[in-house]
Amino acid sequence: MRRELARVTGAEPIGPYTLLRVARGGLDPGAPGQFFMLEAPGRPLPRPMSLCLAPPGELAFLIDPIGPGTRALCASEPGETLAILGPLGNGYRLEVERPLLVGGGIGAAPLPFLSEALGRPPAILGFRSDWHAEAAQLVPNAKVVVEPTYVTEALEPGYDVLACGPEPMLAALARLEPNAQLAWEAPMACGYGACYGCAVELDGELKRLCLEGPVLNAEAVAA
Amino acid sequence: MILNASGCLDALAAPGVARSLDAFVTKTVTPLPREGNAPPRIAEVEQGMLNSIGLANPGIDRFLSHTLPRLADLAVPVWVSVGGFSVADYADLCDRLDDRPEVAAIELNVSCPNVDDVPESVGELVGAARAATRKPLYTKLSPATADIVGVALAAQEAGTDGLSLVNTILGLALDERTLRPRLSRTAGGLSGPTLKPIALAAVYACYAATGLPIVGMGGIASGRDALEFIAAGARSVSLGTILFSDPAAPGRIRTELAGELAARGVDEVDNAIGLAHAESTPPSDPAVPVPAVSRQ
Repeated sequence: MRRELARVTGAEPIGPYTLLRVARGGLDPGAPGQFFMLEAPGRPLPRPMSLCLAPPGELAFLIDPIGPGTRALCASEPGETLAILGPLGNGYRLEVERPLLVGGGIGAAPLPFLSEALGRPPAILGFRSDWHAEAAQLVPNAKVVVEPTYVTEALEPGYDVLACGPEPMLAALARLEPNAQLAWEAPMACGYGACYGCAVELDGELKRLCLEGPVLNAEAVAA
Repeated sequence: MILNASGCLDALAAPGVARSLDAFVTKTVTPLPREGNAPPRIAEVEQGMLNSIGLANPGIDRFLSHTLPRLADLAVPVWVSVGGFSVADYADLCDRLDDRPEVAAIELNVSCPNVDDVPESVGELVGAARAATRKPLYTKLSPATADIVGVALAAQEAGTDGLSLVNTILGLALDERTLRPRLSRTAGGLSGPTLKPIALAAVYACYAATGLPIVGMGGIASGRDALEFIAAGARSVSLGTILFSDPAAPGRIRTELAGELAARGVDEVDNAIGLAHAESTPPSDPAVPVPAVSRQ
């Protein structure tokens, strides 16, 4: 892991979300599904964000402004600097035969980078509104469903599912697709195993999601 | 000396961070394994955070057989934090550590806010630990007491070699929308910059009353913060919450502290210990340049 002060190069609205771009500097983009800890201006703790895109010379993060830290990140102006630590955790295994990307809401965030790495496979994205669904423009070959339709209703058999989204969606996928790779979320102060805050129950024990995940095999999680 | 606060670093997960410290303090070890509290266990608050990890640890048996030998490989002095639920627990834990050469010192955690069973009087605990080990003993106290000096004096009387000041203090955060507690255990230990004045007061008072070596901690995020703890009476400082946002903090704070000392013409850090207690402190001189300290 490496920590750098990264210069903000852009913050573009996409539906309710913001695509925050920073200069890559010496930071390694890592593997799809890995995450970075982003300094949240004015807040004591950084925020974990999976990498959304790795354009040349940049890193881009899709951020949902749901609290004081994420709102401060979305309000970042080009030219400002943010301390960024990463890449952290374990990403998706890319050795799959028939990949299908599944995202729910802001869970679409890691899928653009993953899609590029896998050669733009088909994707299913679910959102709560058409406004939120504007984020689907970032994911190639995506079929979009909007509530009350759920992504699980659009699934077809015979795929290797790689997913990220809200817990109920991941739990439902874990039941339907026991071999799926699922990216989970948990409150996290450090991202590198120091704070023990991100404990989740895995294989019947509380383990740190930042070290064991955030991408886990579906069968490891008690859904 | 710059240490980590117990529970704020896993040296085996981040060995580079551990090696940047002058000593590594383990997460508190208890007689039996503990899984810790159910999530959510942390919540950010204004200028700080709450945690209710609940002393998750593998228990003393596995710690001695598996963890301690691996920590020794890091070639950083290891302080072992121990916690129990009775006088006998503390005596037994110290006895088990006494003949282990990998252990540089023992910190008695008599103040975790995240467990229900509160141990007996601090004097009794320290006395039993003292009888069980020849290792240097530091007693970590809670600021949540009306008379921290009385507790520190009791620990001194019972034979502690030093004090670790302070542990977190219980706080509560409510969810913005639901108004329900954000931690599963409802309340948790408050740490970070908001704890600093409380910790400084404890260090100042306990230094004056006991003269014991003190490891000061509570919201230290810069060399300036470290200097304030030293001036209040700390011989060493520990970093906690700042390590979460800045794993490079030990090196940065060491450099900043050296700059702060140099700017004041203090040639070595030991000469700054207790400066805040000097009978006549010279008024601050605007002609003396004071380096700007970045706070992240």
